[in-house]
Amino acid sequence: MNLNKTGTHLFQGNEAVVEAAILSGCRFFAGYPITPSTEIAELMAVELPKVGGRFIQMEDEIGSMGAVIGASLTGTKAMTATSGPGFSLKQENIGYASFTETPVVVVNVQRVGPSTGMPTAPSQGDVMQARWGTHGDHPVVAIAPGSVAEAYTATIRAFSISEFLRVPVILLLDEVIGHMREGVSVEDVQAVEHLERKRPKGSKSDFRPYRDDGSGVPPMANFGDGYRFHVTGLFHDERGYPDLSPEWARTLMKRLMGKLDAHRDVHEWVEETETDDAEILIVSYGSPAQAATSALRQARAEGLRVGQFRVVTVWPFPEDALAKYKGQVRAVLVPEMNLGQLRLEVERVMGDAAPVLGLHRADGELFKPAEILEKIREVD
Amino acid sequence: MAINLRELSKKTIPFTGGHRMCAGCGAPIIVRQVLAAAEQPIAAGVATGCLEVATTIYPYSAWGTPLIHNAFENVAATVSGIEMAYRALKARGAVDKDIKFVAFGGDGGTYDIGLQSLSGAMERGHDMVYICYDNGAYMNTGIQRSSATPLGAETSTSPVGKRIPGKPGHRKNLTNIMAAHDIPYVAQTTPAHWRDLMTKVKKALAVEGPAFLNILSSCPLGWRIPDDSSISILRLAVDTCFWPLFEVENGSYQMNYEPKEKKPLSDWLKPQGRFRHLFRPENKHILEELQAEVDRNWERLLRLSKYDSE
Repeated sequence: MNLNKTGTHLFQGNEAVVEAAILSGCRFFAGYPITPSTEIAELMAVELPKVGGRFIQMEDEIGSMGAVIGASLTGTKAMTATSGPGFSLKQENIGYASFTETPVVVVNVQRVGPSTGMPTAPSQGDVMQARWGTHGDHPVVAIAPGSVAEAYTATIRAFSISEFLRVPVILLLDEVIGHMREGVSVEDVQAVEHLERKRPKGSKSDFRPYRDDGSGVPPMANFGDGYRFHVTGLFHDERGYPDLSPEWARTLMKRLMGKLDAHRDVHEWVEETETDDAEILIVSYGSPAQAATSALRQARAEGLRVGQFRVVTVWPFPEDALAKYKGQVRAVLVPEMNLGQLRLEVERVMGDAAPVLGLHRADGELFKPAEILEKIREVD
Repeated sequence: MAINLRELSKKTIPFTGGHRMCAGCGAPIIVRQVLAAAEQPIAAGVATGCLEVATTIYPYSAWGTPLIHNAFENVAATVSGIEMAYRALKARGAVDKDIKFVAFGGDGGTYDIGLQSLSGAMERGHDMVYICYDNGAYMNTGIQRSSATPLGAETSTSPVGKRIPGKPGHRKNLTNIMAAHDIPYVAQTTPAHWRDLMTKVKKALAVEGPAFLNILSSCPLGWRIPDDSSISILRLAVDTCFWPLFEVENGSYQMNYEPKEKKPLSDWLKPQGRFRHLFRPENKHILEELQAEVDRNWERLLRLSKYDSE
């Protein structure tokens, strides 16, 4: 591992996630083997014991998700990693983590679905599942890094967002980002700020685990530290005890759904390139953004006014940031390795302001810059 | 139900060569022996794993039987549905053939993620044979530990380091768990004991209701053994009593083979690279613990089978 080194090193995306997680203070990992995420579990098994952390392999993905929730409640930063079929199994517990406001980082190295699909081929087919995979309205954050270096910084931010806002964060890699090797500058990626879990102050007897302190995010005590702590997936009052009254349900849901809106600065993450004078906007995320960037450069060389709006934090979707381009751009292109998922969000935001054109593939192949360039020329 | 080699050699086994299982892998040998033993037409299910992946690589299939692969955790549930529908069709007179249902899963798909599905199928009493090929780790994803991995074995998620000497804790005794389901037939065997294996398959197929076979399977890659040593190492598993050949018929235990001379467990461990570190002086206690566990299990089985035969 390269944690103590300086300079630029060749990293695999899955390795970068492990390094960044350990740097972020992750000391617990529960996992289950599944292609193409298995390297994360294997590396965690080797690296965590060296820093006093714990790795456990569970009997399935349901168990892995339960274990990270349990570990997180004790005050330990916890992570699990999986891919499509395992992500499906984790959904019930992801909803539980969201509702009980238990910080956890869930890595999903996306492969082609549905079902067993193509275990070794890249996809972005789980974007909507990351948002709506578990039942019920719930807050969740999903981040889709576009390079190996960004997998590193995204992991650090995933822990920050999860811990600070008490929300599960889905790290949506795709198989290309997970398995590709790229140079990563250790200094650059380690400069990212870390945010921590808010701890309770004051007397233990006054502590209410779900009492809003005004920020929308209640301070969190460690399970077993002497604070009264009751955790349940039922609707729960400030003490954590079940309260199924409609009045309270409205209050709780308002705070839960509102906390991400109130802290947009913590989770919003967009990278804009050449957008100032852009007439055609590419909205991209994950590994296709690399092909899109290449297409953008070639298009600019041809004198075409193309810009890129790269979404890194996919959920909550950066609607205000994108809405700025209404009235400016003539067309929006959305290249995605699925049959049109984030495009629906882009369409919702752009409304009638500009046509939104999708470039979609769900065949396990990558986008070539030429395909995107051709579409740009077509639109122009 | 005598097994005649000459007759067997004439039989077309509905599982072809040319699949991409590794040389020396026990799993395809097991499948061939199972299908060779079956006299009835078979419909098979297979859990996610090496057997599923490497025998059905696009655009080919090695299977001459109908085959269904669903997911990792649910071959027993999927075959339950098929068997139940078949029963309904038969009751209605829409099918008259006597079809047998066999589910195959590795140890990951059986001991771990598929245990709930297996347990449910056995409890409901579906007329199916579940066959676990147990090679003691998740070999398909690159050798991660499972709950079938023996104490001390090195895998990629139970790596040997300065402090942790391989997998902590003993393996799960799944055959006992299945016997505790009080189903008509449960047995343990290996493909190195082909006559034993095929006899057990015939018995399992003959019973009405669920049957479970736990079959030790070699993995040259994961066990770190030469390709051509699979059969001899599987024999050693039995001769050291690590993997006793026994059966539980309607609750009654029967030992099928008692080695004349019980070999020390180290004879089985030593040829396998995954146990190499156990022979360092500081890990002597692990070897002793492994031997003690084998002895305890063996004595228990002897007691049970003696008690049941008296």
